[in-house]
Amino acid sequence: MTLELQGVSRMVGGRVHIHPTDLALQGGTMNVLLGPTLAGKTSLMRLMAGLDAPSSGRLLWNGQDVTGQRVQDRRVAMVYQQFINYPSMSVYENIASPLRLQGRSRPEIERAVGEVAEMLKLTPMLRRKPLELSGGQQQRCALARALVKGAGLVLLDEPLANLDYKLREELRLEIPKIFEASGAIFVYATTEPEEALLLGGHTATLWEGRVTQFGPTPQVYRQPVDATTARVFSDPPMNFLPVTKSGARLTFGHLANAPAEGALAGLADGRYLAGFRANHLALNRHSGRAVEFSCRLTATEITGSETFLHLAHGSDLWVGLVPGVHDLPPGSEVSVWLDPAHVYLFDAEGALAAPAAYALAA
Amino acid sequence: MEKSWNNRAWFLVLPVLALVAFSAVVPLMTVVNYSVQDTFGNNEFFWAGLEWFEETVTSERIHAALGRQVLFTAIILAIEVPLGIFVALHMPKKGFWASLCLILMAMPLLIPFNVVGTIWQIFGRVDIGLLGRTLTALGIDYNYTNDWLDAWVTVIVMDVWHWTSLVALLCYAGLQSIPEAYYQAAKIDQASRWAVFRYIELPKMRGVLLIAVLLRFMDSFMIYTEPFVVTGGGPGNSTTFLSIDLVKMAIGQFDLGPAAAFSIIYFLVILLISWVFYTVMTNLDREDRP
Amino acid sequence: MSRITLSNLAHSYLPKPKTPADYALKEMDHVWQDGGAYALLGASGCGKTTLLNIISGLLRPSQGRVLFGETDVTDAPTAARNIAQVFQFPVVYDTMTVRENLAFPLRNRGRDAAYIAARVDQIAAMIGMEAMLDRKARGLTADAKQKISLGRGMVREDVNAILFDEPLTVIDPHMKWELRTQLKQLHREFGHTMIYVTHDQTEALTFADKVVVMHEGRVVQTGTPEELFETPEHTFVGYFIGSPGMNLFEAEVEGNMARVMGHPVPLSASYPAARGRVQIGIRPEFVQLADEGLPAIITRVEDVGRHRILRGEAFGQPVNLLLPEEIPAAPGPAFLRLAPEKINVYADDWRVLPVGARRAA
Repeated sequence: MTLELQGVSRMVGGRVHIHPTDLALQGGTMNVLLGPTLAGKTSLMRLMAGLDAPSSGRLLWNGQDVTGQRVQDRRVAMVYQQFINYPSMSVYENIASPLRLQGRSRPEIERAVGEVAEMLKLTPMLRRKPLELSGGQQQRCALARALVKGAGLVLLDEPLANLDYKLREELRLEIPKIFEASGAIFVYATTEPEEALLLGGHTATLWEGRVTQFGPTPQVYRQPVDATTARVFSDPPMNFLPVTKSGARLTFGHLANAPAEGALAGLADGRYLAGFRANHLALNRHSGRAVEFSCRLTATEITGSETFLHLAHGSDLWVGLVPGVHDLPPGSEVSVWLDPAHVYLFDAEGALAAPAAYALAA
Repeated sequence: MEKSWNNRAWFLVLPVLALVAFSAVVPLMTVVNYSVQDTFGNNEFFWAGLEWFEETVTSERIHAALGRQVLFTAIILAIEVPLGIFVALHMPKKGFWASLCLILMAMPLLIPFNVVGTIWQIFGRVDIGLLGRTLTALGIDYNYTNDWLDAWVTVIVMDVWHWTSLVALLCYAGLQSIPEAYYQAAKIDQASRWAVFRYIELPKMRGVLLIAVLLRFMDSFMIYTEPFVVTGGGPGNSTTFLSIDLVKMAIGQFDLGPAAAFSIIYFLVILLISWVFYTVMTNLDREDRP
Repeated sequence: MSRITLSNLAHSYLPKPKTPADYALKEMDHVWQDGGAYALLGASGCGKTTLLNIISGLLRPSQGRVLFGETDVTDAPTAARNIAQVFQFPVVYDTMTVRENLAFPLRNRGRDAAYIAARVDQIAAMIGMEAMLDRKARGLTADAKQKISLGRGMVREDVNAILFDEPLTVIDPHMKWELRTQLKQLHREFGHTMIYVTHDQTEALTFADKVVVMHEGRVVQTGTPEELFETPEHTFVGYFIGSPGMNLFEAEVEGNMARVMGHPVPLSASYPAARGRVQIGIRPEFVQLADEGLPAIITRVEDVGRHRILRGEAFGQPVNLLLPEEIPAAPGPAFLRLAPEKINVYADDWRVLPVGARRAA
């Protein structure tokens, strides 16, 4: 089972919603579309489902061109951010409805609904109406309806966004298990990097209608191909600062120096943009190579086990995440350390010039 | 928006097309046919060209009827729309009283047009009508069969009684869709009652108001049954609106050609004004979009 | 500005509540100190929005009093309480420009034009909307609209309190960072009492000096983020705060030794004999893989970027570990070391104090 997008694009009223995109999704995989609101996640899903026709390009399903095929004739299921169920039907009838449309036999329906309900822990509430259920249960019911069809392509558009934090955590754990059992192609849109990481599988990062990178999730996270991908896949946001390479030395900002080692040694001399994640900043010299930066602290946020430091380094705003509780007074000067092994270098166009050394080892 | 294409869908549209052709296009073509011919009876017709159209456009009688029609429509819109909004704003939002209000409000809408006319015809009569006799007893010289102003007031009050509910119910539906948080935020912002109406309720009602105004415009511009039953277009020609005049011309005088030309122009006028209304109001909506 | 006191407060949406289950908000006494940054944290339906609406006066409590300073405002309408509130979904006046939206609460209070203009510019800069001030609010994106709502909530300097009802629900993760920091800065600058309702622990913990955790209509713990993390007073707090939540094991506790299915787990303090269902709780952050200790089976390793989550079970009870990014791990049998000073003891879901210890105020 494969779904292939070949140069698929979409224009609406002269504006580009999706730039020509090539993607190949394999059966039995979880594919996350990660990007901020309006990056084109929903547009891309609608193209995959066949709800919108592409302005150019082709969609291949198992190698067959399905570009012009009706949604009804494709084996597609979709779950939305809003919990969409038939309010007047019981949960059982809701889950059974796609099967009834397919004209399946009664015992077959009973068996299929029973299985899916068991998997999604809905068995005790099969007789109830969706509106009598909690938000999490309603969304499970919508998920069950999508799964019971045996659809080859299941599209989930921010399905957990309207749920409580803790419920999200629980369903996030269940969804990969469910998809492993079904063998379908799952596509899951989210704005949250952490959600993408928890779901695993493959991730496509989206930015302004363009897929910037597609690959195994941890790989996209640790080896982004450009600054945009790195930014999309960082929460807290990735920190940036200009850096100059000259001979065997790297000069961060104006002062801090570090030897250019490893992959950095072969880099052409010039100006680059250095990017690093919040958790790689430290309040102490945690490694011998660490470079020291002097910053002004604008705010601290304490989570109980960790502290977020909001820092101003010249005109750059950084976020640092350090373990432990550090109740430092805002406005004070603090020194933070950064190991060059955790730094990505991007060139003037934003393309990756040198990956972070630690990421290659991980 | 482009969707996946499927030509089978066209077959499903066919019955509608056939029905529309039969119900609208065919009769309309008959009228067009009459409007360019003259007849002296015996089913003999002569080509008259655009003569009837010229006559209609220059006829003082029709100009007068059009003037009365525009005035009537303007007055009832000016009364019914604000009144409808006012009523909707003061209706209970939920519970028993809300249901009761809705039922009572819907009542006048359920009464057939000629029955409405008959009710008011009798109600206003000076000899046996409750309204007519009461006013006379109070020393007010009221008689809608003699005095044109009384006739106008009667017809307008009748229309307001009959149709304000429609505007009110539509506005009520619009108001119900406003989330509670808006009112809460307004309280916290210390907005005045007027500001709540001006900045929350009115903008949210705009869509339904457009529909209400359009419906009331079209309906009142074509009004026939009720004033005809009450006044018969009199006294004199004072309440002879366009439809009443048209019927007089076509059936009373059997001037088929002029009446047909009149009909077509009438139809085009309504179409034009509705279109202007619609465009202006939807453009107002669009202007403040980026 | 003033302290807000809730005295003997309870609320039921039913006209004649009988059992405790009929109450959306169970009886409580609570004081919100003047100038505090509070978060009200709990799952949906726990009563936190009810509580917020009682403070803002949108709801009248079935019993008890609400005091602003020394003044009883239980029966005062919202407009008289001089508070600001930001709702979960954006509330903007569509036909007004962004500028008019921000100026609205000030104009309604008759402030002079020069002051309004200056204040609106200041707030616009804070929410990053200077460039859009003269656009109509209609047609803006949801997060832009929510920023306007936030701005309108913050525009008045003299409010008694600013209440936030899950204000960042519709905001993109990146924007959340910015807005939260701005809220914090604002709090520092103006010192308003702020109460921030959320179901999101990260938002609650990072925003607030004091977090009030609610569960089933009841406040189960009020404390600093650190207290909630280190010493949850109730197993619900342990579960709800932290991701994944606290690990709990059924255990027997005797003095400074706990036994999980007979397996000894040392504690850092001595505990009195506890009655009822006894459990020990420890955060996934403080469980480590070791050469000896509690036997367990690791079933899944999740790479979540800056750390790894190891999921498994010990004696049939689920257990989670949090390991730093650099430490490799694989599924299979393992031994767990539980840091003794990080273990809490619970009896019937409430924390048991060690002998000689006193509860934090």
